[in-house]
Amino acid sequence: MAINYIYPEYEVVRNYDRCISCRVCERQCANLVHHYDTKRGKMICDESKCVACHRCVALCPTRALKIVKSDHTFKENANWTGEKITNIYRQAESGGVLLASMGTPKNYPVYWDKILINASQVTNPSIDPLREPMETKVFLGHKNDKIVRDQYGRIKCDETPQLELQVPVMFSAMSYGSISYNAHKSLAMASKKLGIYYNTGEGGLHEDFYEYGPNTIVQIASGRFGVHPDYLKAGAALEIKMGQGAKPGIGGHLPGAKIVGDVSKTRMIPEGSDAISPAPHHDIYSIEDLRQLVYTLKEATNYTKPVIVKIAAVHNVSAIASGVARSGADIIAIDGFRGGTGAAPAAIRDNVGIPIELALASVDKRLRDEGIRNDVSLVVGGSIRSSADIVKAIALGADAVYIATSALIALGCHLCRSCHSGRCNWGIATQRPDLVKRLNPEIGSEKLVNLIHAWQHEIKEMMGGMGINSIEALRGNRAMLRGIGLTREELDILGIKHAGE
Amino acid sequence: MESFQREGDVRIPAGCAISSMFSKTGRKFSGEGMIKSISIMHDRSNGLGGGFAGYGIYPEYKDFYAFHVFYDSDDARHITEDFIDEHFDIVNLSKIPTKKNKNITDEPLIWRYFVTPLPTKLAQSQLEEDEYTVRCVVKINTHIKGAYVFSSGKNMGIFKAVGYPEDVGRFYRVDEYEGYAWTVHGRYPTNTPGWWGGAHPFGLLDYSIVHNGEISSYDANRRAIEMYGYRCTLQTDTEVITYMIDYLHRKQKLSLEECAHVIAAPFWSTIDRMNEDKKREYTYLRNTFSSLLINGPFSIILGFDGGLMALNDRLKLRSLVAAEKNDMVYFSSEESAIKIIEPNPDRIWYPKGGEPVIVTLNEGVEA
Repeated sequence: MAINYIYPEYEVVRNYDRCISCRVCERQCANLVHHYDTKRGKMICDESKCVACHRCVALCPTRALKIVKSDHTFKENANWTGEKITNIYRQAESGGVLLASMGTPKNYPVYWDKILINASQVTNPSIDPLREPMETKVFLGHKNDKIVRDQYGRIKCDETPQLELQVPVMFSAMSYGSISYNAHKSLAMASKKLGIYYNTGEGGLHEDFYEYGPNTIVQIASGRFGVHPDYLKAGAALEIKMGQGAKPGIGGHLPGAKIVGDVSKTRMIPEGSDAISPAPHHDIYSIEDLRQLVYTLKEATNYTKPVIVKIAAVHNVSAIASGVARSGADIIAIDGFRGGTGAAPAAIRDNVGIPIELALASVDKRLRDEGIRNDVSLVVGGSIRSSADIVKAIALGADAVYIATSALIALGCHLCRSCHSGRCNWGIATQRPDLVKRLNPEIGSEKLVNLIHAWQHEIKEMMGGMGINSIEALRGNRAMLRGIGLTREELDILGIKHAGE
Repeated sequence: MESFQREGDVRIPAGCAISSMFSKTGRKFSGEGMIKSISIMHDRSNGLGGGFAGYGIYPEYKDFYAFHVFYDSDDARHITEDFIDEHFDIVNLSKIPTKKNKNITDEPLIWRYFVTPLPTKLAQSQLEEDEYTVRCVVKINTHIKGAYVFSSGKNMGIFKAVGYPEDVGRFYRVDEYEGYAWTVHGRYPTNTPGWWGGAHPFGLLDYSIVHNGEISSYDANRRAIEMYGYRCTLQTDTEVITYMIDYLHRKQKLSLEECAHVIAAPFWSTIDRMNEDKKREYTYLRNTFSSLLINGPFSIILGFDGGLMALNDRLKLRSLVAAEKNDMVYFSSEESAIKIIEPNPDRIWYPKGGEPVIVTLNEGVEA
């Protein structure tokens, strides 16, 4: 056998007692794993093409299919794992960068899972969210630090532009192009129903979605795709994307194959041309340049919309955030290194950046130490997986969270991490019309609404347990958190005590 | 033997009893009534802290800041007195008169100074008189070991100790002072720090606060207020609430009513039902100072120059009663504590959660 032969990672197990050869699996698999062998009169499969997306499993009417991890193995070696060896085979063959999608699957510490939440006992009462009001509304934006009165002594309520969220959750940036029209429509519809916001990412805003403008954050990234005056005016807020948690320090690349039809029109680039976003913004080589872009955007929108600056969580993130807070940004979004992506070099995704929990804790502290925490709101993303993660993020100091992977999972994503192939069987990360139509935006938006409502219920229960009935009384309330199994240094960075202390 | 950590090294939750009385006409009365009132609520304290605040009690020195100071040693006193002397003109100093009480033990040295900032130093600092004084007080409390200024207002004074409040009152002879307003506090901490500085009221300039409750927003409030230069060295609710009032009322110049709309803000659903102007203002206040919203149970009585404010948390998770009789206004944790000193009030009511009751001296009355 040739040295570049790689045994498939997953095997498709078919129970032939159950299989009725209806060929649903064949029709559903864009990766062409299944086909009907007319000679033998049975379904067969090529598991080397299987990405473990479970589409065939989910749609098999007789439950005849399952996907299992192959037990085929190299001689065991803790250092030279099978993955390391096969990656070398791949690269020795192709000479190229290994591409990957979604957040890193590596076994890095997840600090959310090492933090525990408090509850009231005896000395103060817990509050029952079924009987008492429980407030989850937040406003994002710069807060004035001085009360000013008019000549009659009335308070001047000259508020800087704010985003009002009924729940402290927003759908983070995913471009039209990286995800489908129907996925975008699902997010837009859900945001409107929920009183929150979704984010266009770098792909521009499809003309059909301008009606969702009041619930849309329009992004301006280094490639400036799809940016024009009406686009800026359409959104409720503007986001300058400086970095992404999954690939800090590098740009993006949407292959020409995906730049078809409306995607090309929306991005304002020719069909079939690669959409390459440069690593830096070529008009931002320093913090003072960022300030210019922030104010350029504010001028363009007549100071009516908050400007978000999104940065990736990197080693000196707190100093960077402090600079951003002084550059006129109203909101800083920080994306942790476990955050998702439609495509990134695996080497970058799996090795660059820091966890969002540590980044958030140090940024929040730094901004407070400098007395500028109220100048900006903090939104964090990069693997928020549950309502408990949200409660912990807010208690550490976030105003709200960004979710993307969780939202896609609600739409049917099975985290097969093959978005970059463009053959998403769930109709999410693809532009193939036959696949896109598998995602019904009515049903998709309903699932998203359900998810956020479910989380909202859980957040309220946890708040009530702590004796808190307004989310702002949870924000930065680190006394409500305890670490479990963390070192003194980790506790110090998170600014929390250990359980039992 | 393992020793307990001092207040400030550890956060100690506490339940409590509070009471107050106030004359709108500025009529002065002794602290005797407060002793009577608080002693009826004996079971709401556990002997680990009690204290009084009297307003209008130093008419002969009404233009001077009255510092009440605890010292652990004479050394601490000398260092502190040197510091005060460097920054203020001391017009009078003496030990605060006390009367031995078998239930009050381990007393520190307790001194009182009537002072005014040295004009040259004040001018040099480019600060207003109040701010200058606050900074000096904070400096003493955080930098001089064994010294603690626990009262620093003009024409008012705080008297507090470890013990039951009625014993504390006798110890400080509060029946011999006369003021137009008094507040009192009996403490029920869940730990035994045994430090006098940890007792309440907590004071800063003319503000004094007595508080019953345990706020669940503590760390959010603490971290927010520390951003404005305050340092919460005691880790108590009362301390952080006092700083919040100081920040909102003295520094941001909000009215007391507006302060109440920040710290016990109405629910959004209530704000949504207001008329447009009001809605705008309430939304603005709540949003601008969102980290200063207090959650969890509290009832507080704020003393200030010329008045009192009583305020409950917005769900009214702690008891708070108010009553009126002629020129007198009473606030207390329990009705019984009012009835014992005024059996037939003209009006008695339970203020709603989040709605402040503010009483001030009648127009023209001087404190």
